[in-house]
Amino acid sequence: MTDAAVHAPAAAAGPSHHTSTGLSNTKLAMWVYLGSDCLLFGSLISTYLLLRHRSVTGPGPNQVFDIPFTSVSSFVLLMSSLTMALAVAAITRGDIHRNRAWLATTAMLGAVFIGGQVYEFTTFYREGLGYTTNIFGSAFYTLTGFHGVHVSVGIVMLMSLLVTSLRGNLGPERAETVETIGLYWHFVDIVWILIFTVVYLIP
Amino acid sequence: MAIVERPSDVLALPSGDVVPHDPLGVFARPRAKTGWRAWVSTVDHKRIGIMYGASSLVFLVMGGVEALIIRAQLAAPGQKLLSADLYNQVFTMHGITMIFLVVMPMGAAFMNYLIPLQIGARDVAFPRINALSFWVFLFGGIFLSSSWLLGGGADGGWFAYAPNTGVVFSPSHGMDFYAIGLQITGIASLLGGVNLVVTCLNMRAPGMTMMKMPVFTWMSLVVQVLLVFAIPVISVALFLLTFDRLFDANFFNVQQGADPLLWEHLFWIFGHPEVYILILPAFGIVSEIIPVFSRKPIFGYPFMVFSGIAIGFMGWGVWAHHMFSSGIGPISVAAFSVSTMFIAVPTGVKILNWIATLWGGKITFSTPLLFSIGLVTMFTIGGLSGVTHAVAPADTQQTDTYYIVAHFHYVIFGGALFGFLGGFYFWWPKVFGYFLNDRRGKHQFWLTLVGFNLTFGPMHILGLQGMSRRIHTYRDGYGFNFWNMVSTIGAFLIALSVLLFFINIVRSKREAASLPPPGPDPWDARSLEWSIPSPTPAHNFDDDPIVTQLDDFWHRKYGEDEQGRMVPIATADEVAMVGDPSRSHLPAPSYWPLVLAASFPLIGYGLIFNMVLAGLGVAVLVGGMVGWALEPADDEDLPPHGHDDGEGDGDGDGGADTELPSVDAEPEEVTVGD
Repeated sequence: MTDAAVHAPAAAAGPSHHTSTGLSNTKLAMWVYLGSDCLLFGSLISTYLLLRHRSVTGPGPNQVFDIPFTSVSSFVLLMSSLTMALAVAAITRGDIHRNRAWLATTAMLGAVFIGGQVYEFTTFYREGLGYTTNIFGSAFYTLTGFHGVHVSVGIVMLMSLLVTSLRGNLGPERAETVETIGLYWHFVDIVWILIFTVVYLIP
Repeated sequence: MAIVERPSDVLALPSGDVVPHDPLGVFARPRAKTGWRAWVSTVDHKRIGIMYGASSLVFLVMGGVEALIIRAQLAAPGQKLLSADLYNQVFTMHGITMIFLVVMPMGAAFMNYLIPLQIGARDVAFPRINALSFWVFLFGGIFLSSSWLLGGGADGGWFAYAPNTGVVFSPSHGMDFYAIGLQITGIASLLGGVNLVVTCLNMRAPGMTMMKMPVFTWMSLVVQVLLVFAIPVISVALFLLTFDRLFDANFFNVQQGADPLLWEHLFWIFGHPEVYILILPAFGIVSEIIPVFSRKPIFGYPFMVFSGIAIGFMGWGVWAHHMFSSGIGPISVAAFSVSTMFIAVPTGVKILNWIATLWGGKITFSTPLLFSIGLVTMFTIGGLSGVTHAVAPADTQQTDTYYIVAHFHYVIFGGALFGFLGGFYFWWPKVFGYFLNDRRGKHQFWLTLVGFNLTFGPMHILGLQGMSRRIHTYRDGYGFNFWNMVSTIGAFLIALSVLLFFINIVRSKREAASLPPPGPDPWDARSLEWSIPSPTPAHNFDDDPIVTQLDDFWHRKYGEDEQGRMVPIATADEVAMVGDPSRSHLPAPSYWPLVLAASFPLIGYGLIFNMVLAGLGVAVLVGGMVGWALEPADDEDLPPHGHDDGEGDGDGDGGADTELPSVDAEPEEVTVGD
């Protein structure tokens, strides 16, 4: 092989989006990170499952949980996945206004969920379940707290997207950014389905 | 295409006049190309790799001094150099330092430097995040080490079994530093892991399919995948411990019904993949060195790759063999015993393949090869003692004795560190443009080998005689005296060999002026990093290389004659990369990774000593994130003003998405193999 054949021919080329897998770096990185996060929640959920019935003092899960209330806030969070998907669809079509509306709705639904969690935590605390009261309290607040932090980070990201959009920097060419943050948002919702089932529904 | 003469500085990018200030962000865009400013603001994977290597060597000295103190204490029975408490701190900190601050970052040094070069990329996928992982690691390491000055080091052993490491049994701040410090270095590893996984998968040069990647890059990919999945598990364990210690949570409070096995499971689910995280980079390094010095392609490349992947998978199913004496029940013990024996198979495949690569090769016994053979032999010894642990009844006898200590030093020192030392000698000319002296290197090798075996070989005997690890002294008359003295002498020989390594670096550098420069390909090597000048120019490749087969660079130099023998068809200098680098975009340097990283130790100190400091740390963290987000780095959508694209001297805004020359056609698939 000659020297010339070895090297790429010199040619004028604009910025290229070429990657080996076809996925953009950021989207692939988000997938890899979400894989990692699976193990984070996996470990936390396992810890909770191991510890939830080991408390030597009350109150236990049955005394504090208000399943109808949490069901409603879970429903709110799951609906935010729908609005997130609509936001991605809107930006892909180039519909910037709908995109803004759906991003704001998603963030708001997330905030409602977080508000519900704060309300729930304060109620449990008033009913006598502090973080240090018993082993169930430690495990419960840690698991749901980590999830709450994830949702809050998601809200911050959605708000950043919204601000970027209002400043006119979020057009259809950046639909993938919205999609990548959407991946995170859906992941956090899916994790909540798991947590809700494991923590609240399984007796 | 202009033919550019050596030396390499001709290839250096033109450093045009640039506007020195950038209104965006708090900081002016760093412009320095040399000096400390260039280093602290760099996002260049090569400089980051060098900084990883340098920090790991500094921590190696620290961990080594701790080891020498341990050996001095144990040289004779009834010594009083260290109190029991101080001894606990010294061996714990020795373990943490060597594992998390020496072997892991030393692997990261090689991976950072070499992965983009071996896959033909301009940089890693996220250069700023790469810088961030380095700084977070460094600050985490400094944070951990600073515990010596702030009330004493961690004292619970490197695996820190809770509840033994709770406040009740370990009241000093040492374990707080452990829990938060490892959390910080874990963040670094996670960021690096995501970054390098994406780099390996996404940044490969045209034609570089997965099965054409060099074995080192493959092993690095496996390591990074392991990190991505293992780090969150230890993170959870460390969070639980931190919450227990600082906020009175009950995770490990047995009086509240806690299960002591929780920590052990969480820790070892991380801990066993971790040992492969430590060893696989070294496996990759010797898989590069042995073919070059045997002048043969690696034997069974697909087997090498798949055995590495197999180790990565099976590494998740063996963790409880660390817990055979914890009462996990006969079924668990049997299952993990069997799976542990199975994992020896892919490792054995690798060892066989290295030997088969050497077999019939034209072997040159240079220092890198000596260290590689050192790895193959010493790791095999460690692997064999490892198989004895898989036999649960034998393991019950060996648990907590020096036999275990002997085993893991044979695999981590005899494995990982030998590989890294070989890698230093091998890639030194590529990185720094001068050879490490081979004669002194050989002296160092033999001194290391002898010292290593004198230190850790006797520990097998001591362990089988019943000497417990983690006990600060032993009585006269137990029969431990002789071998402990031998072991201590060996430890000081190792220290001498490390000193010799540093002397070699300094003296070789001084002698380099009078020697011919190594040129792009001093070893007649096989992978892409040897197709570019030494030391590597900032932009790596003038043009993106196009890869057609495994060991592509080798096949540009050698062809087959009528009898099918390999004959040289071109010299390295002829095929080495020459092209027009002026179009290459490099990611812009930035101070924000440094700022962001500085917030973590602040938060750590704050959590331990004063919440105000933690608040300050959070403020720095948030501010750093905002500054980072506002500073355009690798944003290709950025309008072309501000940075002159044509300069191409490191201030371009092209980021990781460097401009690829348009390729006429997909390179033809060529069958792998020689």
